[in-house]
Amino acid sequence: MPTLHARRYATNAVMTTLTAACAFVAVAVLVLVLGYIAYRGIGAISFQFVFETPKPVGEGGGIGNAILGTLILLAMACVVGMPFGIATGIYLAEYGAGRFASLVRFLTDTLTGIPSILVGVFVYTIIVLPMKQFSAMAGGVALAVIMIPIVARTTEEMIRLVPASLREGALALGAPQWRVTTGVVLPAAASGIVTGAMLAVARVSGETAPLLFTAFGSRFFNVYLDQPMASLTVQIYNYAISPYDEWHAQAWAATLILMTLILVINITVRFFTRRKI
Amino acid sequence: MIEPRASEPPAEGAKATAQAKVSVRDLNFFYGSTQALFNISLQIAERRVMAFIGPSGCGKSTFLRTLNRMNDTIPGTRASGEVLIDGADIYAPGLNVVDLRRRVGMVFQKSNPFPKSIFDNVAYGLRINRLTTNKTELQDRVRQALEDAAIWSEVKDRLKTSALGLSGGQQQRLCIARALAVRPEVLLMDEPASALDPIATQKIEELIVELKRQYTIIIVTHNMQQAARVSDVTAFFWLGKLIEVNATEKMFTNPNEKLTEDYITGRFG
Repeated sequence: MPTLHARRYATNAVMTTLTAACAFVAVAVLVLVLGYIAYRGIGAISFQFVFETPKPVGEGGGIGNAILGTLILLAMACVVGMPFGIATGIYLAEYGAGRFASLVRFLTDTLTGIPSILVGVFVYTIIVLPMKQFSAMAGGVALAVIMIPIVARTTEEMIRLVPASLREGALALGAPQWRVTTGVVLPAAASGIVTGAMLAVARVSGETAPLLFTAFGSRFFNVYLDQPMASLTVQIYNYAISPYDEWHAQAWAATLILMTLILVINITVRFFTRRKI
Repeated sequence: MIEPRASEPPAEGAKATAQAKVSVRDLNFFYGSTQALFNISLQIAERRVMAFIGPSGCGKSTFLRTLNRMNDTIPGTRASGEVLIDGADIYAPGLNVVDLRRRVGMVFQKSNPFPKSIFDNVAYGLRINRLTTNKTELQDRVRQALEDAAIWSEVKDRLKTSALGLSGGQQQRLCIARALAVRPEVLLMDEPASALDPIATQKIEELIVELKRQYTIIIVTHNMQQAARVSDVTAFFWLGKLIEVNATEKMFTNPNEKLTEDYITGRFG
């Protein structure tokens, strides 16, 4: 009859192996996806591909306008979404005890889960229809609407992590509440807030559905915000559903570029906010 | 029932000070529905060091925090009674709490320097209260505060480096400098040396004895020997009640209350 000790030892070994195996599978899936994208996409990457506009089938062309478009749309989403998101996060963290704050928190949590296509339809109704045309502005707003709840929640979490002892130290010096927030709490939480913001950017850079109804897409270089604008995700979609092999190859390459963009954002964020103390 | 019996410390010269710096009358304090302080009445003379001693949970830190209304930051707390600083009740409605906290500074048990440079830490109080008018004056005040806290020589070459790079004892002296920079009238110290090694503790204690020439100091301490070393007057608390207040020397050699004697000789606590 196995002793209690031997049974426990065996259970421990089995569970450790099991959890390690699950972790391995999860990571393996991710590595396979990234690896396969790299394998399929690397072929069509060229200098021309990165800098040219799309051309009819058979004539080559590239996704330069889509790369630029994605960057412009992300920049706009940040300009519109970050202030609201961070301010909401600050409000929830510093004054978050009342009923209004609880309501805001509940709605924010709900909105983080809203399907992005619904956001696209919503922005289509309020911006595209009155303007009577698709525009990059609408695309930026759609991405911002998706970004705001995410940024708000991560900002709130980061601010809550600032220890109470720091706040007390500032209060004991004769600082009113708002000065404690701006002078001590926010600087202490800054790197965490930036991390949350950048990760939200990485998340929305992969959105396609909202852009279909708002920025729509374009075959030309465009920097005007009231005109339709190309983006990597929409371009990938258009190429992928086309019947042409050449465009399929370009779709894979564009996917590789998009994935690289997201990876670069993530890695940069982690690098610059690594714990120094 | 144990009755508190306060006796004033022997005053210098023939006359006692006309009005105590801090005068507490019948203070009761509640955390929600739990009463933490029972009818505390106490006078604290100017430019003296008063030590609060007592076992854990007896209310000494709570009482200390009522003196600069830091307990207001905890929801559900309530105080009744009078706390007069220079004759003015600090619990009067409409009192400017922010200004009170500048006049009554606090040093905490665990040092809490801001994640800023050493200079910015000390300058923080000066900047937010707009106590200086130009850069030179600011630098002078910061230097003065660091000298008063006996840490200037150790940090004068690295004022712009992060305060978090200092040792524990240095950080605590930095927090003291930060509190002194705004020139408070009263300095509250909540077990300032409890997290420090003996050498750092000794430096802090020497500092307290030096500071009492200018400031009224109230120190909460778990360490009775520390109370005996630095304070002029000692107050003994037990279960939220003030048991005895006496000159330190008398308190530790011949206390009035039996309970005090039991605590000091280590029969409980």
